[in-house]
Amino acid sequence: MTKYLFSTKNFIYITCLSLVTLTACKNDASDKTENSEAESNLAISSNNADLTVPEGFGVIKVADSLGAARHIAVTKDGGIYVKLNQLKDGKGIVYLQDTDGDGVADSTSTFADYGGTGIYLTNDNLYASSDQEIFRYKLDSDQKVTNPDSPDTIVTGLINRRQHASKSITLDGAGNIYVNIGAYSNACQVESRTPGSPGMQPCTILDSAGGIWKFNADRLKQTYGDGTRYATGLRNVVGLDWNTQNDKLFVMQHGRDQLHTLFPDLYDEKTSAVLPAETMYMLNEGDDAGWPYIYYDQQKEEKIVAPEYGGDGVKTGGENANDPVAAFPGHMAPNALLFYTGDMFPERYKNGAFIAFHGSWNRAPEPQEGYMVAFVPFENGKPSGEYEIFANGFAGMETVESPGDAAHRPTGLAQGPDGSLYVSDDAGGTIYRIVYNKK
Amino acid sequence: MKIRLLSHPLIGLMFLLLVSCNSEKKKSTETESDIKVQETSASASAKTDESQQEVPAFMEAGKTVYTQNCLVCHQSTGSGVPGLNPPLKDTKYVLGEKNQLISIVLNGSNKGLVVKGSTFANAMPPFASLSNEDIANVTSYIRNSFGNKAEPITPEEVETVRAGTK
Repeated sequence: MTKYLFSTKNFIYITCLSLVTLTACKNDASDKTENSEAESNLAISSNNADLTVPEGFGVIKVADSLGAARHIAVTKDGGIYVKLNQLKDGKGIVYLQDTDGDGVADSTSTFADYGGTGIYLTNDNLYASSDQEIFRYKLDSDQKVTNPDSPDTIVTGLINRRQHASKSITLDGAGNIYVNIGAYSNACQVESRTPGSPGMQPCTILDSAGGIWKFNADRLKQTYGDGTRYATGLRNVVGLDWNTQNDKLFVMQHGRDQLHTLFPDLYDEKTSAVLPAETMYMLNEGDDAGWPYIYYDQQKEEKIVAPEYGGDGVKTGGENANDPVAAFPGHMAPNALLFYTGDMFPERYKNGAFIAFHGSWNRAPEPQEGYMVAFVPFENGKPSGEYEIFANGFAGMETVESPGDAAHRPTGLAQGPDGSLYVSDDAGGTIYRIVYNKK
Repeated sequence: MKIRLLSHPLIGLMFLLLVSCNSEKKKSTETESDIKVQETSASASAKTDESQQEVPAFMEAGKTVYTQNCLVCHQSTGSGVPGLNPPLKDTKYVLGEKNQLISIVLNGSNKGLVVKGSTFANAMPPFASLSNEDIANVTSYIRNSFGNKAEPITPEEVETVRAGTK
């Protein structure tokens, strides 16, 4: 034993190993290192905060451990409003500021006594939603909230039966606010999620949920009777955005669950792990996306009759229902949609769609997928190419067996005044800022 | 060379350094690490028990019922899905009062059960169509999987609850 300890070969080996160990430790400890290529003093993470992004992009970890960070909005000065799903220390909105310009938040304030998902910023107002209401805050010239404890109630009494309860919001620039009211159901079965139970005929859930409702953005205390059902047949939408290029509302639907467990004779586990598609729709007033009567099969590129309504996995239907403008593999849970209008990213990203996927659970027992941010290029308000994975690695592991294991889950997107892309995560409470820094 | 290296005291020290380095990097909350400690000790003791006595029949039979009816929502790890489907591991509603657990399986649950301070969005459907034996097997299986350790449930106990809810 002693003889090995002092052998020269061994000594060199150990010294090298020690150095490697120390270096690894040092890198971990100093997550922020300045990037010499960047003009600014942005603290771009040396390992891109453990994310994978395309060449030329860098990642700054703006904040972490905020709680269940859902949707986000960034002010013209780079301040970030973060909506929390559950209250943290009694508050439901966090306002982050970076006063020294390194990109990392160094000032935090909190307000709002309700949890929720939706948040949307205009020049003069901040809108935020609970799972049954929409509130409006007034902003000063720096887009800071002036009435944190006494917001106006714009919409109230929206249905909240826990399932698909989040109320995502967007505005059209013409004084209207659009809110998703998710269906409190998987497939509108008479007995929820019960094998063999048929679909309700008709599906009465659609009277008050399963669609997008439109309200006046400035009128107080509106409820169902004051708004209009803008589009129906949407099981649950969490990501939505107004496309300013063609002046249309775009939404991302979460497709139905459990084709195999509810109809084992028609769908095997592997098929059920990828079907039906998660779908992107362009909506006009009065549109119907077909839920619960049909679903979209991205492999056949067809609308298929749901098994609860007499479908066999092959029979097509929904002749009057919208076709999606883009389709993605099943169950990946698109939780945010953002049309990129900034000037920082290369030209091909301009006007394209970023989509934050929360990551699946319903693929089990197959491994989970989709803990990532995707990009779809657009031309003239229409997708001009296939989707690609833009930012990945949020889960922090190669194979995700169960969503509870994932370190981070993308949930919200926002564009900064300089064209940076912000991503929120409701598992680790992290806010990421993705910048393009190639010369 | 390999044997020499592994038995080397300095190498051991360096592994420790690496491990401590890693644990700093991993971001787990206090509760999470608590659970992990409990899991390890529970599964360790389960292993000792298993080596001393045969695995009870309900484990295999229960796993089959679990895989067909429960796994998608409650996951192969019994950890559920945050915000949607409650976990089964290390929870009072699974490990405590047997009748409550039997009743949830028979009648489903859509009341927003609070588990470890969280509520969960999805409704659980009733599984009354399963036999008393299947329900006994699957409840016994979940009470003794994922690090759980609790007394098994018998078909007679299921029948008592079933008769009471008719």
